[in-house]
Amino acid sequence: MATAPPLPGSATLTRDTGGSRLTISGDWTLAHYSDLQRRANELAGSIDTGIAIDIHQLGALDTSGAFVIAELLGSSRTQALAQDDALPPARRALLKTVGDAIDTYCTGVKQPREAGFVATLERIGKAMQGFWKQTAKLLAFIGITLQGFLATVWRPRRWRVTSLVSHIEQTGLDAVPILALLSFMVGCVVAFLGATALASYGASLFTVDLIGFAFLREFGVLLTAILLAGRTASAFTAQIGSMKAREEIDAIRTLGLDPVELLVLPRVLALVVALPLLTFLAMIAGIVGGGVVCMAVLKISPSMFLSMFQADISLTQFLVGIAKAPVFAFMIAVIGCMEGFKVSGSAQSVGEHTTSAVVQSIFVVILLDALAALFYMEMDW
Amino acid sequence: MTRETVIEVRGLVNRFGSQTVHENLDLDVYRGEIIGIVGGSGTGKSVLLRTIIGLVRPVAGEVRVFGEDLLALSDERRSQVERRFGVLFQSGALFSSLTVAENVALPLVEHAGLPRVDAQRLAGVKLALAGLPVDAGRKYPAQLSGGMIKRAALARALALDPEILFLDEPTAGLDPISAAAFDSLIVTLRNALGLTVFLVTHDLDTLYSTCDRVAVLSQRRVLAAAPIDEVARTDDAWVQAYFNGPRGRAAARVAHPGKD
Repeated sequence: MATAPPLPGSATLTRDTGGSRLTISGDWTLAHYSDLQRRANELAGSIDTGIAIDIHQLGALDTSGAFVIAELLGSSRTQALAQDDALPPARRALLKTVGDAIDTYCTGVKQPREAGFVATLERIGKAMQGFWKQTAKLLAFIGITLQGFLATVWRPRRWRVTSLVSHIEQTGLDAVPILALLSFMVGCVVAFLGATALASYGASLFTVDLIGFAFLREFGVLLTAILLAGRTASAFTAQIGSMKAREEIDAIRTLGLDPVELLVLPRVLALVVALPLLTFLAMIAGIVGGGVVCMAVLKISPSMFLSMFQADISLTQFLVGIAKAPVFAFMIAVIGCMEGFKVSGSAQSVGEHTTSAVVQSIFVVILLDALAALFYMEMDW
Repeated sequence: MTRETVIEVRGLVNRFGSQTVHENLDLDVYRGEIIGIVGGSGTGKSVLLRTIIGLVRPVAGEVRVFGEDLLALSDERRSQVERRFGVLFQSGALFSSLTVAENVALPLVEHAGLPRVDAQRLAGVKLALAGLPVDAGRKYPAQLSGGMIKRAALARALALDPEILFLDEPTAGLDPISAAAFDSLIVTLRNALGLTVFLVTHDLDTLYSTCDRVAVLSQRRVLAAAPIDEVARTDDAWVQAYFNGPRGRAAARVAHPGKD
């Protein structure tokens, strides 16, 4: 349409006796947006009511150009311009569309984002509030789970045995190889540590006791719990979360079924069964790892190792360690399931809550372990 | 009057495993028209769209957009051509980690090289053009309803003022009022911006109220590509069932009042 070569858009204001005249010419397109916007800001103050507008030298026009024009001229003049028969209909339609869009929607004023000291305090406050809400939710969910358990435990017909067994397999049996290897290696490391540190006192024989105490009291159960917090809590959250995101949980409710009974109980019970068993395995694997290092580095034969073990380490050590396993299992499973239920809508939300489940369950496991250590010490166990 | 062809599909073959979706499919799309692509489920409407925009590599055949074969171009040239497209995906495909306004501003910052402040302002206008209130811009996609996501995705598709707009089921999941508003929005934008619109849809009302031509995909090829009244007279069982079934007749009555 334009015979002249494309020129970047420009707007010039001329004043004569008859009043002022704004001439809009050239290409008003995205490519020149920044320049046009700057020019429009310069002119903004000097557009008065009686101004005549000459838009006939306008080259190309797109939505961004039309936006600058509409903003420069203001609503009523843009609408008047859109009625101007001298313009081709497509131009008028574009101006009218952009003008309408601005009138209808762009009236809200952007509120500035707060920054500085107050905002920092606000964030701290929000975080604290979030923490308390989180704790309350966790306690509530524990309550719901226990209630569901008590409601079904007397009614064997409502036990979900298939689901339970399947979850024991997934969380327990499938974790055996990784857990055994991990504990074996940590056992080796602890033995090396003992051999090195105790050698200076000439007490490297007590490496055996170190391994025994460490694995029976702490490392067996802690390693297992942390591994399962990463492996199983995240899996529970992802499974339940994706069901929540696809409205499957809602479907369960509308069918008159209880999602806690159907989804949470089998998972929690499965972990409560699997985690103590895995803990026992982790203890054995760790002690074997330590024994191997003792044999290789300290020349302590397996029979010597075992007889020392039997003489120095009482059954209490084992009981004290394994007693923590069901508690950790319960907390890991409950947190995993709860985070799954908190998922909303999107796939991104599933990811966020999965991360949150792992962080929370590891945190809770270590916190409870520290409390238990204090308690056991006071009790002289 | 000879019309400029912007999309030229020749002898297209698409095959997934043993299932042939397209076989020797030919299609021309002309500048400035709104072409509706219809077809039963599984006839490869979306696959055709994805082939044209270069997301699916065809087994055989040729796809030329603006006279250039996208698959043969260097990455840089291809990116330049792709800037002339706007694509609205079926479920919106907004980036969930960005706010709606940032979604729209992203191509403006990356391709048009605008400063962030300008890009955000312009994004607000694009959102308004697509019919969203300005405070929707600060929300994240997860906080929007289905209809608002469609509108936000349209705003992103329009961000660079594209020459061709690809719409994959734009009115699916919208209420009739929003769907009608969306239809008229597309026509207005086409008239105002001279867009070419490639529209995959099942919505008969959209077909009647917006499309200049309709292409029917059936039996792995384009069965007919013509103005809708002409297509509706095609002697094919599926076409007859589609356009002259109860819903088709209702939509036609609305489009041509007084004629049944």
